[in-house]
Amino acid sequence: MSGNPYQEDRGNKDASITRPGLGGEIEHRESGPARAAAADIFLVGESMTGGYGKGPDILHDCTIAVDRGEIAVIVGPNGAGKSTAMKAVFGMLNMRAGRVLLDGEDITALSPQDRVKKGMGFVPQVRNIFPSMTVSENLEMGAFIRQDDIRTTMEQVYDLFPILRDKRDQAAGELSGGQRQQVAVGRALMTQPKVLMLDEPTAGVSPIVMDELFDRIIEVARTGIPILMVEQNARQALEIADHGFVMVQGRNAHTGTGKELLADPVVRQSFLGG
Amino acid sequence: MDLLNAVVALLNFVLIPATAYGAQLALGALGVTLIYGILRFSNFAHGDTMAFGTTITILFTWWFQSMGLGLGPLPTALLALPFGIAGAAFLMLGTDRVVYRFYRAQKAVPVILVIVSMGVMFVYNGLVRFIIGVDEQRFADGNRFIISARDFKEMTGLDEGLALKSTQAITLVVAAIAVALLFWFLNKTRTGKSMRAFSDNEDLALLSGINPERVVLVTWLIVAALATVAGTLYGLDKGFKPFVYFQLLLPIFAAAIVGGLGSPLGAIAGGFVIAYSEVMITYAWKKVAGYLLPESLEPDGLAQLLSTDYKFAVSFSILVIVLLFKPTGLFKGQSV
Repeated sequence: MSGNPYQEDRGNKDASITRPGLGGEIEHRESGPARAAAADIFLVGESMTGGYGKGPDILHDCTIAVDRGEIAVIVGPNGAGKSTAMKAVFGMLNMRAGRVLLDGEDITALSPQDRVKKGMGFVPQVRNIFPSMTVSENLEMGAFIRQDDIRTTMEQVYDLFPILRDKRDQAAGELSGGQRQQVAVGRALMTQPKVLMLDEPTAGVSPIVMDELFDRIIEVARTGIPILMVEQNARQALEIADHGFVMVQGRNAHTGTGKELLADPVVRQSFLGG
Repeated sequence: MDLLNAVVALLNFVLIPATAYGAQLALGALGVTLIYGILRFSNFAHGDTMAFGTTITILFTWWFQSMGLGLGPLPTALLALPFGIAGAAFLMLGTDRVVYRFYRAQKAVPVILVIVSMGVMFVYNGLVRFIIGVDEQRFADGNRFIISARDFKEMTGLDEGLALKSTQAITLVVAAIAVALLFWFLNKTRTGKSMRAFSDNEDLALLSGINPERVVLVTWLIVAALATVAGTLYGLDKGFKPFVYFQLLLPIFAAAIVGGLGSPLGAIAGGFVIAYSEVMITYAWKKVAGYLLPESLEPDGLAQLLSTDYKFAVSFSILVIVLLFKPTGLFKGQSV
């Protein structure tokens, strides 16, 4: 791990003295200022170049954007840097060039926590719930930064994901994969975000559950929240997308509306299996 | 009559002392388990944190006594307890600022924090001896007994006496209050829930706007309070000696692991399991057996399985057995 001797954990398997599993991975850093900037698109990561910590660059001049009322998806082969691009937009990456604009503000210098306060909701791909806490507590923690009454928002989430209402007092870790993803999305919605970012929301769930999740995501988008999403299932994702970004090796390979990309013979050939 | 005498003897020599001891261990184990769950390492300095908190409590007790301030039948130490807690909290926050914060910023792996806490342990160790010395201090005052053995015998006409020390009763009451407060705090308050969230998933807690430094701060404060309460109760019951507190670390860790590290409920259960086992195995059963068994079967010896000098062996045997057969502990903790 990045050559820091304090992070050398080799040979330590003794769970009776240290708690196993990952601690926090997000680096705590101070936020810089947010500056006003002219932009016509709601959220855009512009020509982003950067990588994790002091490591090599993973993204090269990559641009990702989503506008009001739209669903934008990032697709591409394994290791193309899809999730990395999303993390860059969310401030979890060390950016060496490029900027991130949200609602007419340059937020490139902000820490991830402060981006949440600015109205970005993020659902990580894994470890996106509090497993030992109940469903309702998960939602409550999602709304931690809010000081006002959260009950209406909670009701809205329950209306969107009725199964969560039935399981509200059950520990989130005991739910099925699809239900957990609903908890994860619900948790992010509790902040009443202005934009929702989903990192592979359908990873590891069955096809039926996947269809249901896609339906729910469309429903969220209909409430007016723009959605930026990374997806493995390129075809299905592009079908519901207003904008698609095909990434290859950390670069934008193809960009267009979902329909355009689905119709593009090169994209079909290389990424959608003909 | 013999049966009643046996029950009274058992209560007097085993159940009551073990329950009080168990409550003290449980409070200690709760502190250990909280640090393990939230800060992810085993805090070896916990025994000496207890000693430090108790030291401050004792100093304030003496001061109050010299001023003639007291609680009547209750020990003055209860009045001094909040000051002891404040002292321990001050020390722990200072330690966190000077020592632990650096390693957190480095994102150091937990095993390094374990070793760091060992260094902190030695420093606290010296600090306590420097302040109050190495000798045993008795600071319990007020009424010694709620029921004394002689009164009990006169009241009931039994041969066996039952003594209930006021420190034992106070231990149970204070421990119950502390545990109830802790569980209420963790399960019902916003800050408590944010601590559980942080323990569950640090990154997601951060993304939900929970401030990690604040969670760490509150954790140290709670641990300081638990450690001081546990240490003071133990000291009231059995006297305060720095070396004994250092040794207490062992049964406390055994209790936390037996219950399941990271599980507060487990820490309490573990505390009582360890306490009952220690007392039962080191108790000379001759008297109880004498009442229960026919004369021909009465044991000749003391019927004591282990000398009290070996009581730590008991906690360790239980620890080894639990780790071999149920490594997650009784309440499904995280030590796998």
